Amino acid sequence: MNPRLLPLLATTMIFLLAYAICILQFPSMLSTRVVGNLLTDNAYLGIAAIGMTVVILSGGIDLSVGSVIAFAGVFIAVMLRDTALPPLLVLALLLALTTGFGAAMGGLIHLLAMPPFIVTLAGMFLARGLAYVLSIDSVPIDDPFFKSLQGAYWLMPGKGRLHLIAGIMLASVLVGALVAHRTRFGANVMALGGGEATARLMGVPIARTTVLIYAFSGFMAGLAGIVFAIYTSAGYPLATVGVELNAIAAVVIGGTLLSGGSGYVVGTLIGVLTMGLIQTYIVFDGSLSSWWTKIVIGGLLFLFILLQKALLRLGPR
Amino acid sequence: MDASPILSARGLNKGFPGTKALTDIDFDLRPGEVHALLGENGAGKSTLVKCLTGAMRRDSGTILLHGQPISPASTLEAQALGIGTVYQEVNLLANLTVAENLTLGRQPRRFGLVDRRAMKAEAEAMLAGYGLAINVNRDLGSYSVAVQQIVAIARAVALSGKVLILDEPTASLDAREVELLFGVVERLRAKGLGIIFISHFLDQVFRISDRLTVLRNGRLIATTEAAEVDRHRLIAMMLGRDLAAQEAAHAPAQLNDAPGMLSFRGCGRRGAVEPFDLEVRQGEVIGMAGLLGSGRTESAELLFGLSPRDTGEARDGDRPLSLASPREAIAAGFGFAPEDRKTDGIIADLSVRENIVLALQARRGWAKPIPRAEQTRLATDYIRQLDIRTPGPEKPVGLLSGGNQQKVILARWLAMNPRFLILDEPTRGIDVGAHAEILRLIRRLVAEGMSLLVISSELEELVAVSDRMIVLRDRRHVAELAGGGLTADRIVDAIAAGDAA
Repeated sequence: MNPRLLPLLATTMIFLLAYAICILQFPSMLSTRVVGNLLTDNAYLGIAAIGMTVVILSGGIDLSVGSVIAFAGVFIAVMLRDTALPPLLVLALLLALTTGFGAAMGGLIHLLAMPPFIVTLAGMFLARGLAYVLSIDSVPIDDPFFKSLQGAYWLMPGKGRLHLIAGIMLASVLVGALVAHRTRFGANVMALGGGEATARLMGVPIARTTVLIYAFSGFMAGLAGIVFAIYTSAGYPLATVGVELNAIAAVVIGGTLLSGGSGYVVGTLIGVLTMGLIQTYIVFDGSLSSWWTKIVIGGLLFLFILLQKALLRLGPR
Repeated sequence: MDASPILSARGLNKGFPGTKALTDIDFDLRPGEVHALLGENGAGKSTLVKCLTGAMRRDSGTILLHGQPISPASTLEAQALGIGTVYQEVNLLANLTVAENLTLGRQPRRFGLVDRRAMKAEAEAMLAGYGLAINVNRDLGSYSVAVQQIVAIARAVALSGKVLILDEPTASLDAREVELLFGVVERLRAKGLGIIFISHFLDQVFRISDRLTVLRNGRLIATTEAAEVDRHRLIAMMLGRDLAAQEAAHAPAQLNDAPGMLSFRGCGRRGAVEPFDLEVRQGEVIGMAGLLGSGRTESAELLFGLSPRDTGEARDGDRPLSLASPREAIAAGFGFAPEDRKTDGIIADLSVRENIVLALQARRGWAKPIPRAEQTRLATDYIRQLDIRTPGPEKPVGLLSGGNQQKVILARWLAMNPRFLILDEPTRGIDVGAHAEILRLIRRLVAEGMSLLVISSELEELVAVSDRMIVLRDRRHVAELAGGGLTADRIVDAIAAGDAA
């Protein structure tokens, strides 16, 4: 078997094992309702994490994600409140904006040969600041079209509801997987993650690929912002602080090598679901503090870092 | 078989600040030949290759491909013209599959998505004829270096297809893998490709090459049919021994009968250098000669504790020495000026003064800074003594010429007042005038009672400066020459002897 698949396999095993333990303790967790909620509650994180997966596969990092999600929420809320633009146009405008924002960061990273960490850190402050400029307070969204988006769901067998935003997340996983694993762009991303100097020698268009990577992440962050706005019916500039770190955690727990070049988009979905599952378990338990989520995620991250080290040592015989 | 050349260079020049890397190089590559490029480190091999492949811009001269002048600005452009290069290490990506590596950038697509099946078929077609039975859908990194090299060659040939440059492709291969690789090279030669082969393994050069070109100090020494030159002459050309000329240049060194100061018994390190014995007397210069990769630098690093020995013992008089780290070596009065001063020696952004006091300060401990006035006194002292050409002690070392940088490193170690100083290639990359000064300096230090170990590829200069000579071959100390037996001729003999088998 290809050793590249091992982390993905480990992630899947851990998720299934954790789910089995949950079911043993709370048999009612085995229902499509729980699954439906798991997908809905984590939809925005999942979408952002898919963008992050592509960035990390290339050996980079995008710290602006959480701020961009918050900006997106405020932007949508303010535009719907203050202008007469149709909602779909507002959403299209927002996606264009965040995609351009990501592309600009990618361009800077390449042109200035700066570490992505610094450039996207600047982007993080910038997007958060712009959100504050638009509004200091939480802005409710009561556009009827938006309300209908929030209410849209498909009733799964077993009375579970697959909400529209969960569907958007699953579709994003599919698109992300195709982009990362079945396109020339995806191959270039992997090549960049394997080693920039070698990738350049092999003719990978470094500039274009870098810009596209961060543009993709910006698009996904914008989409996550839309989903978050639908989920909360509001735009709030203080929302989703630190979500970029949750996204990075989900990517690593999903089996992607933090140094780049190896990993799967599907793994990230499982990483997101594992993190959501821990939260669900704590809700079911009722007596545990929600901070236990953080502790378990910390432990899982550590485990995966160890696993990756072991694989790296095992890899080249 | 005097076919017209595929690739030729005329009057190629390339200079770097402070040195001339290539001087008027003429080079021809015929179709269907393996042309070996030989020379010691710094001889200009890699500069020549980089000029041919567009990785560097030449200063002047012309490059002709099939008689047409070309001027590739990048390796990609050279590749598109037909010149492919395979390096020792960084060629392909270990985290991608073999098929992805072979087809990167030209993957077959269906409906905008990569067609995995067609990609596999194409990769297998590219590898056909190379005698590899591998699963192209596995990660490249899961295969041996030899297989990776052949995959890299397959990609280079498929993309370029006229000229193939192999830069030390066999450095990390074992004998069986080398044969596998040479099988591939022979097949490509039969197909009419021109192949430039760079290696410092002479056996391999004679085994595979049709012609060879020797460079030394950026100059073309000779281009000849491989069959017309023997090992002895080749080594002499590489090391710069003009066999006919001078013998009397060197006054036979008087045998030093001072008592042994340091003694090393059976010191060695697995994979670096075979166990050797070495006796260091006070006030003598020990030369170390051998080809690139023969274990000279490894021996020096072992003595200085950079890569500590795993066998044998070292004694200082009758006291045992541990030498497990450079710190201990420095404490025992050792000094070491390494080969690559750019990466291991000077700190380019620091001033001459800071570079000179660096090691001294390290020995005192950072808690006890050397007073600034004392630092300046030391620096101006050495600038005067060694005639370092600098506007002043506060000039960043990176702005000085190579020879003066070398003197700054020497000053750093002299400030420590060592008993035993190791100089690895002290005259590499510096101009002729500075050469002579460094050599004069070495003699003066010895007269003051210091012992030196000097490693150099410049045989003449080594003979001129040494009292005794250790000759290395294949990571073994094979001969020790002294007194009347210490001649460049004898050294070349000793180096060539074992290879002849």
